[in-house]
Amino acid sequence: MTLDARTALRIAVKALSLFVALNLVFALTDPVPALGRLSLYNVLWPGRARLPYGDDPARAYNLSLFDLNAMFASHELAGAPKRADEFRVLLMGDSATWGWLLRNENTLAGQLNAMRLKTADGRIVRAYNLGYPIMSLTKDLLMLSRAVAYQPDLVVWLVTLESFPADQQLAHPIVQHNAEAVRALIAEHRLRSRPDDPALLAPTFLQRTLVGQRRALADWLRLQTYGALWAATRIDQHIPETYEPAQRDLDADRSFKGLLPPTLPKDALAFDVLDVGMRIAAGAGARVLVVNEPILVSTGRNSDARYNFLYPRWAYDQYRALLRDHLQLRGVDYLDAWNLVPQTEFTNSAVHLTPAGARMLAEALAKVIVGRG
Amino acid sequence: MLATETSPPAATGRWVLDQAQARSIGLCVLSVLAVYALQPAMPIRQMDFWLPTASLVLTVVVWAATSSALATHRRPDRATLTDAALIGGITLGIAALRFAEPLSMLITRTPPPAVLSVLAALAIAALLAVAAGCIIGPRPAWTTALVIALVALLFVLKYEPLTQAFAALLRVAQGQSAAQASALDVRWLGFSYICFRWIAALRERALGRLPAMSLREFVTYAVFAPALIAGPIDRPERFLRDLRASFAFNWPDATEGVRRIAVGAFKKFVLADWLALLALNEVNAAQAQGAGWMWLLVYAYAWRIYLDFGGYTDMAIGVARIFGVRLPENFHRPYLKPNLTQFWSSWHMSLAQWFRTYYFNPLTRALRMRAWAVPTIIFVGQVTTMLLIGVWHGVTLNFALWGLWHGVGLFLHNRWADFAKGRLTAMQERPRLQVAISAAGVLLTFHFVALGWVWFALPDAALSLGVFRKLFGL
Repeated sequence: MTLDARTALRIAVKALSLFVALNLVFALTDPVPALGRLSLYNVLWPGRARLPYGDDPARAYNLSLFDLNAMFASHELAGAPKRADEFRVLLMGDSATWGWLLRNENTLAGQLNAMRLKTADGRIVRAYNLGYPIMSLTKDLLMLSRAVAYQPDLVVWLVTLESFPADQQLAHPIVQHNAEAVRALIAEHRLRSRPDDPALLAPTFLQRTLVGQRRALADWLRLQTYGALWAATRIDQHIPETYEPAQRDLDADRSFKGLLPPTLPKDALAFDVLDVGMRIAAGAGARVLVVNEPILVSTGRNSDARYNFLYPRWAYDQYRALLRDHLQLRGVDYLDAWNLVPQTEFTNSAVHLTPAGARMLAEALAKVIVGRG
Repeated sequence: MLATETSPPAATGRWVLDQAQARSIGLCVLSVLAVYALQPAMPIRQMDFWLPTASLVLTVVVWAATSSALATHRRPDRATLTDAALIGGITLGIAALRFAEPLSMLITRTPPPAVLSVLAALAIAALLAVAAGCIIGPRPAWTTALVIALVALLFVLKYEPLTQAFAALLRVAQGQSAAQASALDVRWLGFSYICFRWIAALRERALGRLPAMSLREFVTYAVFAPALIAGPIDRPERFLRDLRASFAFNWPDATEGVRRIAVGAFKKFVLADWLALLALNEVNAAQAQGAGWMWLLVYAYAWRIYLDFGGYTDMAIGVARIFGVRLPENFHRPYLKPNLTQFWSSWHMSLAQWFRTYYFNPLTRALRMRAWAVPTIIFVGQVTTMLLIGVWHGVTLNFALWGLWHGVGLFLHNRWADFAKGRLTAMQERPRLQVAISAAGVLLTFHFVALGWVWFALPDAALSLGVFRKLFGL
């Protein structure tokens, strides 16, 4: 084929026009959320046992992305219609619930399911892991607001003080990249966070184009692709043979997030988010069990001042009292499991449990679930 | 056939000649710059400068050893000095960029060494080139010694324990701790390809078939920028024909070049990189459960390596085409071939052709003269050729096993074809049967090749055997 300069120019102009048009249409229609609902999981590949998260895709066949539709569509929950004899339990929380350094069978959800629990009325307890390795109640709320669509009977919300600081609720990428949904929650439930908080991203027109959304599209494609490896290996996390154990010898620092003893002000903590979460769950007909998750109680150096790397004693003790009183006042089921697990059963952080540690928590939870079911 | 003595390209007009000359000089400059610019950084200080420089120095030495003009006159002519000044000038210019930090980062990953060291290296290079020209130049048979030296260097770079020892030496030379040496310290960009171009030139010279090439032409041939990273491995006389051809920018070549680049980029950066997520590797080979999933990983690897390598080749061919150089094709629908012999005529064609020309044909000729039985000759020829192609990728057991896999496969196909010849003539009257057998051949060949990748993709034989066991549910 021979091609002169004029033809080449015409082709270039047409290609450029198509490119611009495609980007304009993409920005105006914003198809990414709809695309996120399309998933090969639960169709070609089995659904994931926990939400996608990971920074070592080559070894974990998993990745972190911000598209909640795609994340939930990849979860086994999305492919599991609720059976009449099922007592559906959704576990919300941070990396401890998600199961950092734990295989799926060793996570809290995995251990609860292995127990083959039945409620008093004979329903089979089926727990789903909706933990996500970010410590923020607003992140939990974001997840919960979607999770209630899956007809939970019980929402077990595992919390810890690190998730509570009000001024850090929006300081996480998963929250910031789902700004629209977070703003809607703030506005609808009058949360203390500001809808115009600059932490909540507002994509520009260019960022909404095909070029601007290329990362989101690539993430979606990678998530679908890694499904094959998830199916082939059932691995969704690289668990190293050795890791740096959680700190036992602690610094003498008594501050917590810039706060100093003696008082932990209640308004520094996002109890309003907790309340909204309980309302949303109740609105969906689900009961809520709030669990203050186990922490490492160190006996090392300076353990008279701090429980662990995360928490000085004064702040954590006051937090426990505040949480207990807050929930008692509202009649919410509460399990304070803070010292349930001995320090030997923590892995690389003050909240990450070994399989045996997760088993202890699962056994404690099982009693409550069966009793409440 | 090109003239074997220096012969300026025929001028068809002043404008065309000027464009051709400009293109020739431009390609040389671009290629020399690319040798430095594409070289990744290494843990050994300044190696991202010295290894590219070594590539250029060795290229000049090989040119001197193969230059009949230099051998005759015993001293470089003006054109050679001009070319040497151009190449040395670029090298010095890159070194001088150390005085204009951070400009040097435009070319090299780390600041270049002192200009005086570079000047000294260039002086040594000049001496080596003169020595090669005076000693080897007049004695074409002696090029074999240089070939052996180059193969030895290639072996050092392909055999991990030796590479590590080489890295330790380089570290000591740079005042770094040898204890930290690793084979990964020495990543000599494009050396496998450049080395095979040097050897091609040396063999052609020994056989009296090498056309006279100016220093600039030879450097451009050896380190031609588009083909630097992943080939193809062109033959000197074919490359020279394009380089000397009259050149005028034309739209058909340019658009075809752009099309090939776009197709190649799509193959490499979209398809191959996507398949890489799924492709068989050391980690997932040990983890995958179930034969079905394991087959998926193997298929993904088979297509990934084809699209990755094919994509790079498309881009190289496309870029070269824009400059009027038609690099040889490296792939021609290899997975649609009905037998292994045809597969190897369509997969990494320039490498296969290189081995055919410089190893297989001379070997089988020599064995025939010794009156060996034909099947034995074919067996020895094909198995050792494929073994060498295997270890060209790296001197490891698995690459050798991959080579053996294909060598034995080629031999078996050769014997089958010989056996079937004449017995299957009836098939020619039954076209549907012919199509069915051909389709079965394509499937069988593809699976033979795909299973061969299990050796190639993994670092040790035990892991590969484990994959085979899983694939067949054993």
